Amino acid sequence: MPSTMDTSIQIEGVTKRFGSFAAVDNVSASIARGEVFSLLGPSGCGKTTLLRMIAGFEQPDEGRILLDGEDITDLPPNRRKVNTIFQNYALFPHMTVRDNIGYGLKVAGRAGAEIRSEVDRMLDLIQMGDHAGKKPSQISGGQKQRVAIARALINKPRVLLLDEPLAALDLKLRQRMLIELDNIHDEVGITFLYVTHDQGEAMSLSDTIAVMNKGKIEQTGRPEQIYEAPRSSFVAAFIGDTNFFEGKVTAVLDDEYSRMTIEDLGEVLVFNDKRIQVGSPVHLSLRPEKFRISRESPPENGRTNRLEGVVEDIVYLGSHTRYWVNVKDYRIAVTQQHGRFLLDEKPVAWNDRVFVWWHADDGFMLEQYREDDEELLTSPGE
Amino acid sequence: MKRSRIPLYTTLVCLLFFYLPIIILIVNSFNKSRFGSVWGGFSLRWYQKLMENRDVWFALKNTAIIAVSATIVSMVLGTLAAFALHRYRSRLQNAHYTLVYTPLVVPDILMGMSLLLLFVQVKVQLSLFTIFLAHVTFCISYVAMVVLARLQDFDFSVVEAARDLGASTRQVVTGVLLPLLAPGILAGGLLAFTLSIDDFVITFFVAGPGSTTLPIQIYSMIKHGSPPVINALSTILLAVTFVMVWLSQRLTEEKTTS
Repeated sequence: MPSTMDTSIQIEGVTKRFGSFAAVDNVSASIARGEVFSLLGPSGCGKTTLLRMIAGFEQPDEGRILLDGEDITDLPPNRRKVNTIFQNYALFPHMTVRDNIGYGLKVAGRAGAEIRSEVDRMLDLIQMGDHAGKKPSQISGGQKQRVAIARALINKPRVLLLDEPLAALDLKLRQRMLIELDNIHDEVGITFLYVTHDQGEAMSLSDTIAVMNKGKIEQTGRPEQIYEAPRSSFVAAFIGDTNFFEGKVTAVLDDEYSRMTIEDLGEVLVFNDKRIQVGSPVHLSLRPEKFRISRESPPENGRTNRLEGVVEDIVYLGSHTRYWVNVKDYRIAVTQQHGRFLLDEKPVAWNDRVFVWWHADDGFMLEQYREDDEELLTSPGE
Repeated sequence: MKRSRIPLYTTLVCLLFFYLPIIILIVNSFNKSRFGSVWGGFSLRWYQKLMENRDVWFALKNTAIIAVSATIVSMVLGTLAAFALHRYRSRLQNAHYTLVYTPLVVPDILMGMSLLLLFVQVKVQLSLFTIFLAHVTFCISYVAMVVLARLQDFDFSVVEAARDLGASTRQVVTGVLLPLLAPGILAGGLLAFTLSIDDFVITFFVAGPGSTTLPIQIYSMIKHGSPPVINALSTILLAVTFVMVWLSQRLTEEKTTS
């Protein structure tokens, strides 16, 4: 755990109940100064409630929240050095863009000239100088977003809280705003706490991601850790797609590799740096893009596993193609990028007999497995 | 395909049904003849007579005092009631809602009678003040319902945003909440004002000697005075009411478009 000096926000055993339902259940986390920290999870997982407790709109039932080492659990929102970007922006409809941005300074009782020059600086930052006199109803969604950012940043908060800030924008605009957010973060250098259900946003923006489910943080880590080494079936299925195979560890070969047997499919080689014991029931998770698919038998290599099956469905997705391959009772999702040298001379077609193979390092074993997480897996046609 | 004309005709007949009596009244107020059945030519003599009638002016003054004071008090109380109803949910609040709503549906005559009984019971001298109290009683409900409707589609995230940006409770109320709710509160106030101006039944019960309001004055003039003067007076009242309603609607519309 980093020392208090480097910690921006420290969440200690925070619980929030609505009636008997624990929206946030004994959550602890530490957010480093200056980083983009994302709370990622499906709707209803408690991520917004956690953000609202940090902003001060909700009181935790248990636990403490510290900002720069100082306990802010009981401070009202107007006395916390954090500011929030709301999902629907929550701009003041009766004020101009200029007055919206300057509101924080106005209520703080600053002089008119000072407010004007600060607002001008902010208008510059968000490139909205030409729209200063307009009302929020006269500007577009992306512009509203930028005004909301400027309004929050003018108070020089120590932490900026962003509650699904891009959810109301269309795809193209979302991608552009994502880059802008990244640039703004580089410029102001303060801690961002970013709440989203969109793994793409979280992946591309964050230094650290905390995946939340049912009021608890399932895993915290860098984006690539979350994606490449999920620790639970929920994280594996929620971040990207994956295939689950149920089995048992049969042998530990060395420090890195084990063999496991999958029901009906036989033995496969797996990466096992967690040193899961022989005989332990595990689930093997294999992401669709980690497979190779071909009608010819793959070249032998000590580290690969292969299965033989029949192509049930092919979905062309532009940048790549999704195959559904039936191997015994299993339906395996496989994605392949296009490109001549990745494919056969003759492309794989429906009902072809094919081989799918993967490198042992590309699968990961999960001990924590819950059946209902399979609902998160994509179904054919998606 | 030719569109049916039936809806158009039905609408016209309905409008005629609504407004024909009013049109006749307005026309007659400019009728030189004393009797409505004969058109004696255009004249403003009834308006002139109206201006000379001191009783009418006295009643008008009373009505104005009551309407303005009742409107202001009910705007404040009604808005507070709406807030309480909107912000706090409990079983007791359902009862509260029913109690605030009921005066809208209770027959005026019942309200008038019960208020009179109350005033007699607690030995309050009937006066302008009792009329004011009676008007506040029903005006609160109208203001509360109008403001409550506004609150129901009010986005409270702007209040959170203001808090988040450092505003104190007082700053939130004066800088964000009231400016945004003002159209709704004003619309409720205008409604209360028009209702207060032309209330007859309740006022009739609780009015004391020397506290004649305009509607009561009109009623007594119909019995003992000259109907054409009343026509003129009614026309003026009508014009004032229309302006009020128009203003209140405009305020409500502006709120929804912004």
